[in-house]
Amino acid sequence: MIKFDRFILKNGLTVIVHSDFSTPLVAVNVLYDVGARDEHPDRTGFAHLFEHLMFGGSVNIPRFDEPLENVGGENNAFTSSDITNYYITIPRVNLETAFWLESDRMLSLAFSKKSLDVQRNVVSQEFNQVYLNQPYGDLWLLLKPLAYKVHPYQWNTIGKSLDHIRQAKMKDVKAFFKKYYCPSNAILVVAGNVTTPDVKKLTQKWFEPIPSGKKHKRDLPVEPKQTKERKKTVYRNVPYDVIYKAYHTCARTDPEFYTNDLISDLLSNGKSSRLYQSLVKKKKLFSEVNAYLSGDIDKGLFIVTGKLLKGVSMKDAELSIDTELQKICKKKVDKDELQKVKNKIESTLIFSELSVLNKAMNLASAELIGNAEDVNTEIEHYLTVTPEMIQEQAQLVFKKTNCSTLYYLSKNNQ
Amino acid sequence: MEILNRTKQPKIFSINNVTLIKPSDYTLDNGIKCFAFSAGTQDLIKIQFAFYAGSSHQKKALSAFSANKLLTEGTTKFSSEEIANKVDYYGSYIELMAEKDMAYVSLYTLNKHIKSTLPLLEDIIKNSIFPEHELTIFLKNQKQEFITNSEKVNFIARAKFNEFIFGSEHPYGANAILSDFDKIKSSDLKSFHKANYHANNCFIVLAGSVNQEIIKTLNCSFGGTDWKLKTVQSSIKIPAIKTNEAKNYLIKKEKAVQSSVRIGKVLFNKTTKDYHGLQVLNTLFGGYFGSRLMMNIREDKGYTYGIGSAIISLHQSGYFFITSEVGVDVCSKAIEEIYKELKKIRTEKVKLSELTTVKNYMTGSFLRSIDGPFALAERFTSIYEYGLDYEYYENLFQTIKTITPTKITELAEQYLNENSMFELVVGNKK
Repeated sequence: MIKFDRFILKNGLTVIVHSDFSTPLVAVNVLYDVGARDEHPDRTGFAHLFEHLMFGGSVNIPRFDEPLENVGGENNAFTSSDITNYYITIPRVNLETAFWLESDRMLSLAFSKKSLDVQRNVVSQEFNQVYLNQPYGDLWLLLKPLAYKVHPYQWNTIGKSLDHIRQAKMKDVKAFFKKYYCPSNAILVVAGNVTTPDVKKLTQKWFEPIPSGKKHKRDLPVEPKQTKERKKTVYRNVPYDVIYKAYHTCARTDPEFYTNDLISDLLSNGKSSRLYQSLVKKKKLFSEVNAYLSGDIDKGLFIVTGKLLKGVSMKDAELSIDTELQKICKKKVDKDELQKVKNKIESTLIFSELSVLNKAMNLASAELIGNAEDVNTEIEHYLTVTPEMIQEQAQLVFKKTNCSTLYYLSKNNQ
Repeated sequence: MEILNRTKQPKIFSINNVTLIKPSDYTLDNGIKCFAFSAGTQDLIKIQFAFYAGSSHQKKALSAFSANKLLTEGTTKFSSEEIANKVDYYGSYIELMAEKDMAYVSLYTLNKHIKSTLPLLEDIIKNSIFPEHELTIFLKNQKQEFITNSEKVNFIARAKFNEFIFGSEHPYGANAILSDFDKIKSSDLKSFHKANYHANNCFIVLAGSVNQEIIKTLNCSFGGTDWKLKTVQSSIKIPAIKTNEAKNYLIKKEKAVQSSVRIGKVLFNKTTKDYHGLQVLNTLFGGYFGSRLMMNIREDKGYTYGIGSAIISLHQSGYFFITSEVGVDVCSKAIEEIYKELKKIRTEKVKLSELTTVKNYMTGSFLRSIDGPFALAERFTSIYEYGLDYEYYENLFQTIKTITPTKITELAEQYLNENSMFELVVGNKK
C-alpha cells in the first residue's frame, strides 16, 4: 500500500507526495510527457538528445550537477518511446536545492551552443558504444521498423540515424523545449522523508510561478493491423545466430495488459518457466530464451527471443518456439502454474516498495497513464486473471500473421 | 513579499554526523556467526550466506564459479526442475554470486513463505550433487556467452588488464580460457563444494523483517554439526604478483569503432591506513560525474560517453584503474588527456572549493549506502569479511570530513604517479 497525496498547482503541474520516514533521503522525480514517439520522422533522436541538454545549464543556473553534488545529491534520467524521466535523490536537509534545480530547468534552459555541440558528440559516442560497437548492437534498429510501418514506435530513442542528431539546430531545440517542457505537461513526485505541507510550500515557491504552457495534444498515426507475416534476415560479424519474434499486442492502458504480462511470465520468468525448461534444459536448442512485453503506452509488442546454440538450425529453433506458443494457445494453464506466476508478481511488487526512488517512479508513470492510485490496485488486476483469459489472449497474439521475425545470423556460420 | 531569486542556491546544510545502524548478532549452535538488520517497511527478508569460496580458493579454473551457480541444479532430494518450481512457486528468489575472494548464496523471500523457502536454501547449500548432465548444459551455455563476450572490447580489456598487472598465475589476474570449459567435471565441483561450502567457512547476514522466530528456524536448519568440515584442508598457496614488464599494450580489434582503455596499477586493500584518503582522491579524480576525468574528457572534449576511475579492494591486494570507451579516432588524444589529468592532480594543489564539493557529494553517497536493510547488510558484509569492524566507517566518515588539499596532493604523488601506471588499449589507437 503506497499512501500519497495529490494536488495540482495553478499552472497545471500535478504534484504527488508520498511520505516514508524510514529513510533520511527524498526522491524527487519529474516526468515529462514526451518521448521518441513524439518526434518528427526527419528529426528523430531529439527527445533523447534533449535529455542530455537538460544537464547543460538552465536560465539561472549554469551547471546542474555541481550544486547538486555539493549537497550530497545524485541524479540521472532516461528517455523511452513514451516519456522522459528525471530523478534526484537527496538528503532531506537539502531538499530545497532539488526544487531550485528542477524548477529552473522547467522554466527555461540556457541553450548554449557549446552545450549543444558537446552533447551531440556525447550522443554520437553513445550510439557507437551501445549500438554499433557491440555484437548484436543494431538488432533493435532493425526490429522496430519491421514491426511498425506507420506509428512512430518504428524508430528507437537513439534515433533513426546519427545524421538527424548531427543536423540538430538550436532553433529546433528551442521549439522542442517550448512545446513539451512545461508544467501542464509534467508530473512531479516527491517521495521519502517529507510531509505534504512541506512539499506544498516548496512547490508553490519554486514551481507555481512557471508559466503553464499548453498541454500538447497527441495525434499520432495509428499502426494499421498487420495482416501478413513479416520476416527479415541479416548477416553480421557475430559468433551465434539469434532470433527475435515480435507480436503486436495491447496498449499499457488496456485491461488485457495484465493477462499478457502473466503470459510472458509463464513463458520465461524464472528457471521453472516454460521456454527455459523446454528449450534450454530439455531440447537444448538455445543458450538463452526470453519472452517479455515492450510495455509501451500505445499498442506495443510481445517479444519472444532466443540465442541459438552453435550447430542448431534456425528452422528447428523457430519450430520449437512456435510449438511452445501453440501449447499455451491450445491447452488451458493449470491452477498451480497460474498461481505460481501470480505469487511471483505479488513478490515483485512488494520488493519494489523497498526503494523510495522506485515508488516515486511508479507513482509518476501510473499517474501519467491513468491515476497514481493504480499502483495500489495493480495486484488485483493480476489476481483476477483466469486460465480462460490466458488462453484467449494467447490465441489472439500468437498468430503468424501478427508476427515480425528477425533472423540475426552469424556470417561465420555460413 | 520576498521576490524569488532563482540565481541563488537555497541554504546548504552540511551533514555532520551519521548514525550507523549496527546488527544484532547471534551465534548458531555450531559456532556460525549470524548478523541481523531488522529494518525497512516491508514484510520480507534476505538471508545471505557468505562463504570464503571465491576463485582465489580454487585449484582448477571455473571450479568456484560453476560450483556456486550449480547449487540450484540438483540435490540428493530434488532435481533442478523441482527446485526451480518450488522456489518460483513462493515468489522467492535465490541469488548466486561467486567473486575472487567470496561466494554468496542468498534467499529473498516474503516472510509469509519462509517456512517453505528456508528448507530449500538448506537443501541446496548442504546437499547439492552437481549432476553431470546439468553441468554439460551449463558449460555449453556459458561457453557460448564467453565467446560472444570475447568480441566486446571492454570485456577483453577488463580481463587482460588484471592479467597484466597481477600476472596470469595469480588468482586476481587469472582468466578462464576456452579450453577450461571442456576440462571441468562434476567431481571437481563436488570436491570444491565439500572443501568450501561448510559450517566452518561462512557467516550469515539477515536483512528485512527479522524476528526471534526466524533466528530459531535458522538455527534448526543450519546450526547442526552435520555440515561442519571433518578434516581441515590446507589452504591454497597464492603465488606472487607478477606485473607485466612492458608499460603499455595494444590489442588490435579490426573494425572497432571504439577502443576500451584501461590505465592503472596494483595498489592495496581497505585494511591499509591510506585507503580512505585514496577513496576521496579517487572520487575527485574520476569517481563521480563532476570528476576531473568526466569534466575534461566527456563534458569538455566529448571524446566519450563515460569515463571514470576506481579503487578495488581484495582480500590479498587491491588495484586502481581508469577506464573508458572512446572513439578510435580520438583514442590517442583521450589518453593524452588522461595522463595530463594524472600529472595535474599530483603537481597542482586542489582548490578547497572543489574538495568541499567532493566531500559533500561523498557524504550524500555515504547516506545512500546505508539506506535500508539491504544496503546496511552489504556495508556490514564488506567489512566483516576483512575482519574489520565499524571503526572502518567511522574513520571513512572522519576522513571525508577532515582531509586537506595538501594531503590529497601527497597521496596523489605517492600512489598515482602517471609513470607508475600500466596502459592497455583494446581496439585501435589513431
